[in-house]
Amino acid sequence: MALTSLEKLRILADAAKYDASCASSGAEKRTAKPGGIGSTTGSGICHSYTPDGRCVSLLKILLTNYCLFDCSYCINRRSSNVRRARFSVDEVVRLTLEFYKRNYIEGLFLSSGIIRSPDYTMEQMMLVAKQLRHQHGFAGYIHLKAIPEASPWLIEQAGLWADRLSVNVELASDISLKKLAPEKDKGSIRAAMGQMRERIVEAREERRSFAPAGQSTQMIVGADDVTDEAVLRTSSDLYSDFGLKRVYYSAFSPIPEASPVLPVKAAPLKRENRLYQADWLLRYYGFTVQEIAAGGEDGMLDLEIDPKLAWALKNRDRFPVDVNSADRELLLRVPGLGSRAVDKIIACRRHTRLRWDDVGRLSGGMKRAKAFLVTADHHPSHLTDRLDLRQRLAPPPRQLGLFE
Amino acid sequence: MKRIELCDGADAEGFRQAVRFLVAELIPPAEVVWSSSNSPALFGEAVAAGAPPVALPKAVAELVGLVVCHRDPERYALLYNLIWRVLQGERSLLEIASDPLVHRLHIMAKAIRRDIHKMHAFVRFRRVEASDGEWFVAWFEPDHLIVERVSSFFIDRFRSMRWSILTPVGSLRWDGDQLTTGPAAVKGDAATNDDMEESWLGYYESTFNPARVNPSMMRAEMPTRYWHNLPEAQLIPGLLQAAPQRVKDMTEREAMAAVKRNPDKAVAAMTDQEPKTLEQLNQLIAASEPMVPGGTHAVLGEGPDRADIAFVGEQPGDQEDLQGRPFVGPAGELLNRMMDEAGIDRRAVYLTNAVKHFKFQQRGKRRLHVGPTAGEVKHYRWWLEKELSFVHPRLVVALGATAVLALTGKALPVTKMRGPAVLGEHPGFITVHPAYLLRLPDAEAKEAALALFLQDLRAIKALAQRTRE
Repeated sequence: MALTSLEKLRILADAAKYDASCASSGAEKRTAKPGGIGSTTGSGICHSYTPDGRCVSLLKILLTNYCLFDCSYCINRRSSNVRRARFSVDEVVRLTLEFYKRNYIEGLFLSSGIIRSPDYTMEQMMLVAKQLRHQHGFAGYIHLKAIPEASPWLIEQAGLWADRLSVNVELASDISLKKLAPEKDKGSIRAAMGQMRERIVEAREERRSFAPAGQSTQMIVGADDVTDEAVLRTSSDLYSDFGLKRVYYSAFSPIPEASPVLPVKAAPLKRENRLYQADWLLRYYGFTVQEIAAGGEDGMLDLEIDPKLAWALKNRDRFPVDVNSADRELLLRVPGLGSRAVDKIIACRRHTRLRWDDVGRLSGGMKRAKAFLVTADHHPSHLTDRLDLRQRLAPPPRQLGLFE
Repeated sequence: MKRIELCDGADAEGFRQAVRFLVAELIPPAEVVWSSSNSPALFGEAVAAGAPPVALPKAVAELVGLVVCHRDPERYALLYNLIWRVLQGERSLLEIASDPLVHRLHIMAKAIRRDIHKMHAFVRFRRVEASDGEWFVAWFEPDHLIVERVSSFFIDRFRSMRWSILTPVGSLRWDGDQLTTGPAAVKGDAATNDDMEESWLGYYESTFNPARVNPSMMRAEMPTRYWHNLPEAQLIPGLLQAAPQRVKDMTEREAMAAVKRNPDKAVAAMTDQEPKTLEQLNQLIAASEPMVPGGTHAVLGEGPDRADIAFVGEQPGDQEDLQGRPFVGPAGELLNRMMDEAGIDRRAVYLTNAVKHFKFQQRGKRRLHVGPTAGEVKHYRWWLEKELSFVHPRLVVALGATAVLALTGKALPVTKMRGPAVLGEHPGFITVHPAYLLRLPDAEAKEAALALFLQDLRAIKALAQRTRE
């Protein structure tokens, strides 16, 4: 019996949910032309949240979950017995518009299993975006998952319509990629990223529009035995080689119809959380991968405390830091002080000498900062040297629920 | 003690007038009592009208605009306090975020910004069939007095729709052209169902991953007070309850062998996707979107497969675009004449362009040629390379700088590089574009350039013959 469109939506949303990239950010500000619909705001909007704490910003679906690839970590691999469905181009266009008109979403995130050939699949995805933009004057956000094996001209075309293009690296190590995703090839993934980067940079210089919100990627952690340090090193390379906007980390979680080569247990979500924190330190706090890794043990981040605190505890000789005189780079390294708080501190101290309570109004992380910060009326004296400092600052151990 | 009474709601205008009056009269904050009501008593209007405007730093004015939307009755007093101190010499007061007053006002402004953001996010329209077509109606309960502040967002986004947003503190109505603000509404005024809601709930349910339950994160971003107006929120308790069992089922179930056969043939054929003939490639190009502004349809290459010589120009011009053939405009005619003279048969060579679409700017009735940018040329490279691989000429002639860029990926000076050259993978020859010859204003220079071009064409002919032997 033919599937109803609601059944298809359920299957294809279920199949797409393992992709973590949901953001609708980074687009140029724009509004629809007369007769069209939609706008983008720059920072993006999360229209809802599901009980997994993830935001619902875009209609995130696959065009189809039929797939010729056989990647072990993927619920849609050809050898899985999952239910299959396929949307037509028109169905996706209609669904996007109807959801958008009700203010459920910011736009569309479209990915797909590979059917017939990578080119055929990429073309269908490109057509969805083209129809939305051309025939319906849709100015909302569009994120297309590019298929690295597709011919370059299709990616060139997709970039005309999409705000963001992305290719998933999926696994940080080449060996894992070979083992778990036999049809994927690191070379073609990097080639596609390189091509996209080149076009994005050129377009910006020439003031044309080509994937104006840039490109992103996703890595699954916990499906193989790669260390956090190796994951972060890959990220750092990706940021510098391809100018990526975001690297998303997705803790491997059990999937229905799992492949026997995979671990049965989920990777701790905490690990994903720590990787995001470390990623932040790489991009906005001037940390190197080496420094972050040194905060943990054997290339793995400390799961109990955040990576900045972990680094500070192992580099106590660099503290305490005087809030009234230290330069920005040093303040950014103080546990508990975020980059916004640091900027406020710097603005304030041009006019006044900061006391402990003053800093307390600028940052919410004063408990962590206490041992590392000097203010006009506070000096941690021997606190930095205390052996039990870590215990004092780590959250008290508690019984973790099964699903935390 | 001075009593100031403002309108209920976010009375930005009343506050501005009061501030002008108070500042002109030099009344310090400690001597002012603020209140608001439905029908405020006038406070010395005659005096206020004469009071000069108060010049405030931009950041202060912005903060005032936000904070007047706050529900806290103390907001006007706090703001006047800020304004007073700024005017009394603390011009940079806002930069001192650690100051208790500034800190408090920042927190209030943050609450407003958050409320606005949440309203952008959580308004849910329901479609209503009215006698004159469809309307979209939403019921929303903001925390603060932000209804008018959010109107521009919804107009920008849903300009071509007709919609109303009803709230307990006022309503917005957009008829596709005009915004009307209206009085407070009640929930019963809004629609109760919508034909897409079932799909939305189905989507919400399916996009949730039971293996990653994190309800506190959800509540932090989507506080429960919003839930009763979010249709999808009714699913949350059920999803949370069923999650542990779903995960247990997933992890306990043994991996099953694939039921379907391995589709060997399809997998083998999957990577065999490139166009196989020039004709297939041309179909692809013709169906694709122009990658330059202007461009209507693609002008494809022309000439026999396996031609000895392929000429690559820049892009089709006005005439080429109209006729759908390359080199048929003035430059094409010149090229024909010169080829004749050099003894090259146009029908025996392949003619194409680096960029397949006419990039132009409309000026009145005229379409003015605009040269493609380097990035645009690169967009078309893949097609050109593929095209030449099918034609497989003995010699590729680059006519002008754009063709050189397309063939080599590098911007090289034509005059310096003129003559035989390796163009990418092809044995080639670089010369000028005939359009350049047409543009030369000086008759003498033109004649010399034409002679040089003819000499190039003769050399090209000889070179192609030699590679054949």
